[in-house]
Amino acid sequence: MTRSSTVPAAGTLPPSAPIDPDAAISVRGLVKRYGDSAAVDGLDLDIRRGEIFALLGPNGAGKTTTVEICEGFRTRDGGEVRVLGTDPAHATRRWKAQLGIVLQSGAGDSQLTCRELLGAQASYYPEPRDPDEVLELVGLTEKAGARGRSLSGGQRRRLDVALGIVGRPTLLFLDEPTTGFDPEARRQFWSLIRSLRDLGTTMLLTTHYLDEAEALADRVGVIARGRLVEVAVPSTLGGRGNAPAVVTWTEDGVRRSEATPTPTAFVQQLSARFPGEVPDLAVARPTLEDVYLRMIGDTL
Amino acid sequence: MTATVSGTEVALPSVTSVYRSRSAVELKEFFRQRESVVFTLAFPVILLVVFGAVLDYDIGGGVSFTQYFMAGIVAAGILGSSLQNMAISIATERSDGTLKHLLGTPMPKSAYFVGKVVQVLAVTVLIIAILLAVGRLAYGVPLPSGRDWFTFAWVAVLGSAACTLLGIAVSSLAKNGRSASAMITPIALVLQFISGVFFQFSQVPVWMQTIASFFPLKWMAQGLRSVFLPDVLAAQEPAGTWELGRVALVLGGWCVAGLVLCVLTFRWQDRGSD
Repeated sequence: MTRSSTVPAAGTLPPSAPIDPDAAISVRGLVKRYGDSAAVDGLDLDIRRGEIFALLGPNGAGKTTTVEICEGFRTRDGGEVRVLGTDPAHATRRWKAQLGIVLQSGAGDSQLTCRELLGAQASYYPEPRDPDEVLELVGLTEKAGARGRSLSGGQRRRLDVALGIVGRPTLLFLDEPTTGFDPEARRQFWSLIRSLRDLGTTMLLTTHYLDEAEALADRVGVIARGRLVEVAVPSTLGGRGNAPAVVTWTEDGVRRSEATPTPTAFVQQLSARFPGEVPDLAVARPTLEDVYLRMIGDTL
Repeated sequence: MTATVSGTEVALPSVTSVYRSRSAVELKEFFRQRESVVFTLAFPVILLVVFGAVLDYDIGGGVSFTQYFMAGIVAAGILGSSLQNMAISIATERSDGTLKHLLGTPMPKSAYFVGKVVQVLAVTVLIIAILLAVGRLAYGVPLPSGRDWFTFAWVAVLGSAACTLLGIAVSSLAKNGRSASAMITPIALVLQFISGVFFQFSQVPVWMQTIASFFPLKWMAQGLRSVFLPDVLAAQEPAGTWELGRVALVLGGWCVAGLVLCVLTFRWQDRGSD
């Protein structure tokens, strides 16, 4: 708790911090090797209860390996992991009942209808949500009687999410959940995720869409070469909050731009030079994508 | 702080209720898939109809080949609904992510196998019932009588158990459903030719008989011949008797071997993802 108040949105954890059994997820010094190369190489991570945490990183950086170790699908070669206070290497049914997992690969093909699939999935959990309510939540009510394999790509992904939340999870893993969504479907999905957060669900999200991380995540972590290189709130990642702003406008028919640490003062000067509106005025901070690409570029 | 919402004392659903739910899933998955219904259920019936119409000769003792073929096609039907069905469906579910998805839920792992066994049982009972009915109505093949039903039951149960376990084990060798099908279908076909399904076993060359006798199909067919044929025809068998004791021994041995192979080889995820 003190960590969040004294070092708001700052870089990686102090290496000496002990594992936190009360966190939703706490990882220290995680190592996973495939042959001679380490896919995950001393990774530390803490995810607080109730937050949405987005894990970013290029393909092959160790994202899915890390997530799948936390989910209990893969073994590890070193380090400590606690997920809801339990070591995933010693998974029990009761522990799994608190998790919801939306795999990158989806939930498989089926001849069952959406409603039947959700009913079957609900039957594995102690306190499931009502399948029809879940269908409503993900916007598949009209497809309740359609077979899983007849759905479009985006509908299937929503069905995957529905399967992930029907067990009323405390902690939800979302591995690239919106791949194949059209923009409207993604916006709908985002509001679904926000309403789940309002219900107290902790979420670990991996995504390639930086606007998605920015829209949803309370904090983002960037993985590169098997390590977490930075953790911050999206608006300050990579020193983004202090980076110079770029002011652009059009003057004498020419597009002009100026990088400045004091954009307010600069815009005031500008407006004094024009009689009315400054033509095509825009003020921009580096996007999350800009700082992300710089960060992973530094480490590649 | 937020942990209070997760009522930690709520009981998990009972294992039997999950068994019921998985069984329902497996039955729907099978009967709604046209390929599996046609391949596993209809194909043996078509073969019975065709062979019964074409090869209706007397094999001795006033017994028609159709009656002989009945034992073989029932054995082949059991092979299809257990070994082939399991190998292909589990390989498919492993490669498309169904198994991994289930592994991430609190479903007891045993429930997956219970569901599969219920599916095999239902399909096996159905295929046997259809074959018996078609044989009786279309070709006048007499139904088993008296003690033969008992022999029928244990040969079918033991044979289908051995083949189900083998099917589960074999599924781990294939990359996906398609490659499982490409691997297991020719093997099953060759076994059917050399195990006394399509021809009288006594007409199969001795070296092929020897190969066939390492596998369960030959013993299932032989045990079922004791059910469908009059005992005088036991003289045509390699040992001159039905060898029911050895049938039980070999099929039981394959059950044990299949179980060991399952335990050693079963994977919930694609290879190289652990």
